[in-house]
Amino acid sequence: MTDSLTTLPDRDITTHLCEQVSHAFSRHTPLRIVGGDTRAFYGRPVNAAPLHLAEHRGIVHYDPVELVITARAGTPLEELEAVLDDNHQMLGFEPPRFGPQGTIGGAVATGLAGPRRPWAGAIRDFVLGTRVITQHGKPLRFGGEVMKNVAGYDMSRLMTGAQGTLGVLADVSLKVLPKPPAHHSLRLTLPLDEALARLAELGRRPLPITAAAWHDGELLLRLEGGNSSVAATRRELGGEPLDADFWTTLRDLRHDFFTLAPGQALWRLSLPSNTPPLALDDSHSQVLYDWAGCQRFLKTTLDGDTLRHACQAVGGHATCYTLAAQGGSDTPFTPLNPVVEKYHRRLKEQLDTRNIFNPGRLYAAL
Amino acid sequence: MNFLYDEAIDGALAPFEKADVLHDLQHNVPTLRLLHREEDLRPFECDGLAAYRVMPMLVAMPNTLDEVQALLKRCHALGVPVVTRGAGTGLSGGALPLERGVLLVMSRFQHIINIDPDARTATLQPGVRNLAISEAAAPYGLYYAPDPSSQIACSIGGNVAENAGGVHCLKYGLTVNNVMRVDVITIEGEPMTLGAEALDAPGFDLLALFNGSEGMLGVITEITVKLLPLPEVAKVLMASFDDVEKAGKAVGDIIAAGIIPGGLEMMDKLAIQAAEGFVHAGYPVEAEAILLCELDGVLADVDEGCDTVRGVLENAGATDIRLARNATERAVFWSGRKNAFPAVGRISPDYYCMDGTIPRRELPRVLNGIAELSRESGLRVANVFHAGDGNMHPLILFDANREGELALAEDVGGKILELCVAAGGSITGEHGVGREKINQMCSQFDADEITLFHALKAAFDPQRLLNPGKNIPTLARCAEFGAMHVHNNELAHPELPRF
Repeated sequence: MTDSLTTLPDRDITTHLCEQVSHAFSRHTPLRIVGGDTRAFYGRPVNAAPLHLAEHRGIVHYDPVELVITARAGTPLEELEAVLDDNHQMLGFEPPRFGPQGTIGGAVATGLAGPRRPWAGAIRDFVLGTRVITQHGKPLRFGGEVMKNVAGYDMSRLMTGAQGTLGVLADVSLKVLPKPPAHHSLRLTLPLDEALARLAELGRRPLPITAAAWHDGELLLRLEGGNSSVAATRRELGGEPLDADFWTTLRDLRHDFFTLAPGQALWRLSLPSNTPPLALDDSHSQVLYDWAGCQRFLKTTLDGDTLRHACQAVGGHATCYTLAAQGGSDTPFTPLNPVVEKYHRRLKEQLDTRNIFNPGRLYAAL
Repeated sequence: MNFLYDEAIDGALAPFEKADVLHDLQHNVPTLRLLHREEDLRPFECDGLAAYRVMPMLVAMPNTLDEVQALLKRCHALGVPVVTRGAGTGLSGGALPLERGVLLVMSRFQHIINIDPDARTATLQPGVRNLAISEAAAPYGLYYAPDPSSQIACSIGGNVAENAGGVHCLKYGLTVNNVMRVDVITIEGEPMTLGAEALDAPGFDLLALFNGSEGMLGVITEITVKLLPLPEVAKVLMASFDDVEKAGKAVGDIIAAGIIPGGLEMMDKLAIQAAEGFVHAGYPVEAEAILLCELDGVLADVDEGCDTVRGVLENAGATDIRLARNATERAVFWSGRKNAFPAVGRISPDYYCMDGTIPRRELPRVLNGIAELSRESGLRVANVFHAGDGNMHPLILFDANREGELALAEDVGGKILELCVAAGGSITGEHGVGREKINQMCSQFDADEITLFHALKAAFDPQRLLNPGKNIPTLARCAEFGAMHVHNNELAHPELPRF
């Protein structure tokens, strides 16, 4: 399966996709939108006929000088990033890969970003335009291939992270960045409280830090930028060299930390900058700090309500990365405030009147 | 164009009388300051697009969020439109009042609620001036990156509503990339928080949707922005070219060399001469184009980058390259660019500022097209250009006292925007659609896309009470005035009459 998907030829099957959506609309039959099917753990299961995007693939347009790439949703992330790499460019948000068949459409639909996110921005900060198949089976264009565009509502960013519940992402245009000329990763032995204080202090200075994690008594940092500034910061910070592969294993949730003990679920906590360690019972949980403390992964047997109360009390939220069927939560995303939820429902009613797009993927009522 | 709200085209408004609305608001929101006499309303008849003037029915100047909420609830109940206004510096008529609407002025909410140097955030009331944020953050070595040219006067609430840009967008993003959280009140008077002080929030990205929504979805009442560490150093290079096309190509070459400048600006001959005549920055008045390239960051990296850029500019055929030797000279280099608009104002009784964006590679073709339009119309056009991010500001020079020249300038402006759309760009990069570009929206988007925008709007404001007549045209307007975009020779919505 994997091999056949990664060797498919470039194809534009927009018309076919539109027909399937029109059909689903007229028959009131819901669709489960699938690219490489590597991100099923992120959200609620959708029981519906699949709408396959993997065959809708290929780079539509890439001009390195314009710093923009446009690709069909089914284009494998690996393939797209390899093309950028050939031109010394990259996706600034460092999207996680959960398997070779993972697609750019899936990355945009789920909105996940890697260790560079606090410094470079999230995927939504790089989405310049989209082509979206609406409930009526029409492919509509929003945004484009230009850096600045404030005409109309920002439909492209609304689609980012909406997990296909408002329409089908057919094509995406993304801003890309040049690869920094120099990089160095290092590890410093520091207890958690000292590491967090150090990060707050370093964060106020214009240093070339592009990743910061804490795990098991060590502060782990990545420097990327010009040769001189990376060299100078490396001298200042000292520490032991760290294999850069650490960041890839963290990005893709492949690091040893992510192996769960029986009964544990994996949670992601998203917290304001400079939030001190939460008072969660240590004996039930192990934690890995990413994003300079703004993103924390927790392996725990604690229940969702306990975690969510602790996060909400400091202005954050918690997401369960373990499917309910495997012992995780059946409400993986933090429930919305009632007013915000009302406008979510109204938006869904407007753009997906017959509830055909990934129903229930985000929340039971969406 | 006729900028007055036209109920036949822009949509019918509920029947109500000014006296009744005034009485209702005075009774139900007794503490709210309301202006209703002509002499008090006059100062609010336009925003930064002064060619468009409409006297509002009433002006509300709340001091508290309770008053804002109560006002919105009453307007919702009465079916009275509400136009929200910040500092009134917008250039697209986004805060143009309605003769039959309340103008909600948020400029009294000027309090900086909190600067958190460790989290590197600022929490602000919507009336805080853009520049005041960076001034308040400076003692901590931090600043707020987006810097629209009106930054001494424009307010952060308006910046969010318009998704304001500036000269540093390529490297640091627009407003949407620098706002973490907003509090809004809906037309139904419901407060909600979008985004978070964390780096993401559950649910749809309604925060992104509200950025640039031009007051159509809700009223912004509080904002948290991210702050960045001040760069250690910034250096600027000025390069002269004897040919605009060479300058345009040099822009691409700089990016291709792996450099992301903090600012990369281009000016053509007419703009150079106007600026030099005004501020005497030492600009080369014989040059066909200049580029200003600013690099910021750590000193050693910036020096390395300046060497690279200098090499690129030489290869691209620059006739002269100067590096500002110190902060004073850097400010002088920038002064011409930053004063380009008033400088053009000195050489022409009036000018009309456009805001199209294009892929950079299309620059020569679009500039040629603009020159052609200038020749045909007899109106001079000066070009200043955020070259790094493809955002053009052609300034069309005209004299409003000459019969028909304003209309001619608007016509040329509309055609320039259509050139931008045809080149794969947008009718607005940072100024917004507002009332000004409402007809051009019909050339950028087709009827299905516009219908979807109306569906988004309906989720928040089904009665269309927030800023009606702005941002998204009705299909009736596109049928009458727009160059309706036709796909595959099939006209969408054939049931609509066309003229």
